[in-house]
Amino acid sequence: MRRLINQHPGRGARLALGVLPFAALLAAYVVASHLRLAENPNDKLLPSLGTIAHTFHAYAFEQDKRTGLVLFWTDTWASLRRISFALLISASSAMLLAITIGVVPRLRALLSPALSTVAMIPPLAVLPILFIVLGLEETSKIALIVIGTAPCIARDLALRVGELPKEQIVKAQTLGASTWQVAVRVVVPQMWPRLIDSLRLSMGATWLFLIAAEAIASTEGLGYRIFLVRRYLAMDVILPYVLWITLLAVTADALLRLLRARAFRWAEPER
Amino acid sequence: MATVSVRNVWKEYGAQVVLENVRLEIADHEFVTIVGASGCGKTTFLKMLLGMEQPSRGQILIDGVPIRPEPDPARGVVFQRYSSFPHLTVLDNVMLGLELAGARLSGKLFGGARRAARAAALATLHSVGLAQACDRYPAQLSGGMQQRMSIAQAVICKPKILLLDEPFGALDPGVTADMHELILKLWAENRMTIFMVSHDIKESFTLGTRLLTFDKLRHDPQAPEAYGASVTYDMPLNRRAAAHLPAAGTPA
Repeated sequence: MRRLINQHPGRGARLALGVLPFAALLAAYVVASHLRLAENPNDKLLPSLGTIAHTFHAYAFEQDKRTGLVLFWTDTWASLRRISFALLISASSAMLLAITIGVVPRLRALLSPALSTVAMIPPLAVLPILFIVLGLEETSKIALIVIGTAPCIARDLALRVGELPKEQIVKAQTLGASTWQVAVRVVVPQMWPRLIDSLRLSMGATWLFLIAAEAIASTEGLGYRIFLVRRYLAMDVILPYVLWITLLAVTADALLRLLRARAFRWAEPER
Repeated sequence: MATVSVRNVWKEYGAQVVLENVRLEIADHEFVTIVGASGCGKTTFLKMLLGMEQPSRGQILIDGVPIRPEPDPARGVVFQRYSSFPHLTVLDNVMLGLELAGARLSGKLFGGARRAARAAALATLHSVGLAQACDRYPAQLSGGMQQRMSIAQAVICKPKILLLDEPFGALDPGVTADMHELILKLWAENRMTIFMVSHDIKESFTLGTRLLTFDKLRHDPQAPEAYGASVTYDMPLNRRAAAHLPAAGTPA
């Protein structure tokens, strides 16, 4: 018998093992839901899959009686718009800041302590300020996500710039590169894949801040809906919404990974 | 033309003296090899020639002019590792020097200028025997090929001085012999003055026209940091120069 560390599952076995936890979770839910509903048909805590499908159909394919909107897609669009806009601002400002800090020592001395401090401010504690200053509209929600993610991404990227071998920077200078050219030809291109890694890691925080902002002040959005129907214990709405959010996050992660592999082949580990 | 004068150069880090009173006059087109125990300051000396480090005292001059206190295109370099840019293909790596010189703002050439730079880079890659690998990334190359690329990258900028910091230290012996051929060929073709730090004494004798050894002249066992290293041997090696310098003796 070989040691456990040397026993590798085949393709099929790997797939089956990966599916197993999902199947187990689903089975546990179905059984538990069945037991509770058998005891009390009006139980709202663990609705049957049929009820969930019925409610989901109403949300995703029928117009809301009051607003005339198809709520599920309206919410999805609102949240995705906020998140992509916020991530765009986060990524570009973080990149700019990190390159500045990483390349120019004087600007590093100027900006690095401030960045480290700002990154420590709990973003949710700033949320009331954002609402007061920027109002309850879109700006404050986007600002929260940016404040929550940009400093961390910037710090991470600045560290990555610092990790570039000094030899590379010296070599570039012996090839005649100015400070600007070192930034645009040597540092920035090598930071794109790092930025993608960093974005993937901050995806969790991004959704956290989005849902927090939507929960407090909004009229649409996935987080808003979850917190709205919480009052009616509408688990048949909350559960598919949570699943959908998870699916969106997983998809975003996969797309970023794919982009990294396609666009930055040089940065992929050798196979 | 590139003569190098090292005038009473000292390098100290606080109380620790690394190099003391190094004095050298290096003629144009010399191939200087530098050997010494590890920690003897030979790499520090190379870094000062490069402009990565500044002398604590003394002066270094190229053609009678004090060197700029930072790296510049007059002094090319090949390190043992990390000399290339992993995000550029071999061809782009070699083209980089031409692109930086030709486009101050974007650092990228387009159109005819790009085609010209591409042709020049290909010619240089050809002369180092790497033309077939020009579309690969550095990570896909063997150690010897990476060093060939690094050398091509430096040589295309036509530096007056080429600094080599143990460039063949990590290579297999068979590959090293090929690299020796290559560097001697390039040295003869481009009128450069070469400084090469090596830990291989045999290599230093084979390649150099002048061999320097760095070591401590004085040693205080109570305070090992009190005295620095200096040039202890300075040997002209003329056999190799005669073989590889058809125009030896005639002024450039």
